[in-house]
Amino acid sequence: MAGRLLQAVPLIFVVTTINFILIQTAPGDPIHLLIGEGAASEELIEQTRAEFGLDRPMHVQFFSYIGNVLQLNLGYSLRYREDVFDLIIGRLPASLLLMGTAFIVSSAVGILLGLYAGTRKDSLADRVAVVLSILGYSMPVFFLGLILLTVFSLRLGWFPAQGMYNIRNPQEGWGLVADVAHHLVLPVITYSAFQLALIFRVTRVKMQQVMEEDYITTARAKGILERRVIFRHAVPNTLLPIVTILGLNLEWLLAGSVLTETVFAWPGLGRLMFDAVSARDFPLLMGLFIVISSFVIIVNLFTDVLYRAIDPRVTFT
Amino acid sequence: MSSHWNLFFRNWVSVLGLAVLVMLCLAALFGPMVAPYDPESIGILSRATPPGAEFWLGTDELGRDVFSRAVSGIRVSLLVGIIAAAASTLLGIVVGSLAGYFGGMIDHALMRLTEVFQVVPQFFLAVVLVAVFSASVFNIIVAIAILTWPVIARLTRSEFLSLKSRQFVDAARLSGASDATVIFREILPNAMGPVIVSGTLLVGRAMLTEAGLSFLGLGDPSRVSLGVMLYQSRPFIQFAWWAALFPGLLIFLAVLSTNLVGDGLNDVINPQVVKER
Repeated sequence: MAGRLLQAVPLIFVVTTINFILIQTAPGDPIHLLIGEGAASEELIEQTRAEFGLDRPMHVQFFSYIGNVLQLNLGYSLRYREDVFDLIIGRLPASLLLMGTAFIVSSAVGILLGLYAGTRKDSLADRVAVVLSILGYSMPVFFLGLILLTVFSLRLGWFPAQGMYNIRNPQEGWGLVADVAHHLVLPVITYSAFQLALIFRVTRVKMQQVMEEDYITTARAKGILERRVIFRHAVPNTLLPIVTILGLNLEWLLAGSVLTETVFAWPGLGRLMFDAVSARDFPLLMGLFIVISSFVIIVNLFTDVLYRAIDPRVTFT
Repeated sequence: MSSHWNLFFRNWVSVLGLAVLVMLCLAALFGPMVAPYDPESIGILSRATPPGAEFWLGTDELGRDVFSRAVSGIRVSLLVGIIAAAASTLLGIVVGSLAGYFGGMIDHALMRLTEVFQVVPQFFLAVVLVAVFSASVFNIIVAIAILTWPVIARLTRSEFLSLKSRQFVDAARLSGASDATVIFREILPNAMGPVIVSGTLLVGRAMLTEAGLSFLGLGDPSRVSLGVMLYQSRPFIQFAWWAALFPGLLIFLAVLSTNLVGDGLNDVINPQVVKER
């Protein structure tokens, strides 16, 4: 199990290498990708050049780059005048709050709907839910976000349009919690749609399969209440694949969070990425790429391990 | 009875998707010819005009006709989606066939390469690639294509693994056919079904990726796609919501219809496979 997790090391190495290749092959002086273009002082340029060994042969540069990344030295963001790694860590809580809330909401709703539809195959409710899930699956996140923003925020004024809390009228204690929750509603709905559609689809299909299994027939034959058959015998067996599916789609979920945060100016990593792109702040963009990739790699291996731990039938290959 | 209803329903939805897709393609082909205005011409007096008789879908913040821009936008978005998906499918087929047919070291090396590409978060690498190498339609297509081929490669490989030991392949080899002939004339045609399904689903994903990149400001500014339209009209959404609504709806319809067609094809080609996407 620990061995499996150790596989993350070469993969993260590969990601870092890709970053290095990009810095080297990009048009223009590589120094611009490390400290950004424009108003850099000569001192800073020389210092970074020395730090990353840009005046030395390629292989030396490569190892000094890897060394810097290992020490979490991801460069310096000119736009924010801050260390890239510190900047990323500072923005992490907002993203985790949004993603975590959306994960809980979409899992709860998606699984319940999936169970409902899965036990009533081909009923009208099942059909409607399937069509809605196809719609949710094809809906561009940012478009859904813009619609919700225009209707419920700009037109009706029910929810704030931007940010995570009211800057003009700062709250404390429970007032702050309520304020953040109020700001959270639209981004969470936007971000949950795709995830919900995904979880619903998987749960429904899996539930349909499980309900045909022999052990369900056996449980029914024993005269157990149908409700108990579903919740005690069927449901635990449908939950496993959801872990894998979410792991496999993690990358798209993260992409969705970038777009959602961009629409609602949510002060997390996604918004940071948008700002980095807009300002062509390459050190920040590259740093974000390394951090996000490492995160995806580690979570994927972790879900893999988790899955095998829960289901002893699956073995490592 | 229930399964007939099921089949009918699925087909009905897929047929609807196909109809929408054909209409979008027709609009992309002939739309720019019938478009009433030049998509780029700016009208100072007609800025942010709501939809009406003169401008069917209204005008944007610079007075450009949303309808005329949308039909040329469909053309760019569909082209990006289709070319990127086709290039990615082709690359995946080549890698997958070589790995599956030859096996051994070649298979091992190609599969490690595939894994590397699969593990890197595609959307984020696309963002970095396009940001570093300038946002042009060509770069966007290349970025999407080189990031999405692993799925196709794995699929093709597994089809090859199960097909290459069949009797018709042995027969072809015994009759003196070269490796190339066996791969392309004998095995590949039989492996194409599932590959085409995945390729179709890639079109929708490629269009979504392009739109997502554009929304982050990484669209090609010289070729207006639907995503670029949405990006440009976003700051003015309070005064001219129609300039954002219609391109957004069209992206949604295009992705939806390709997904429906892909699903329908999947039901026809692999009826026994349960979808767990």
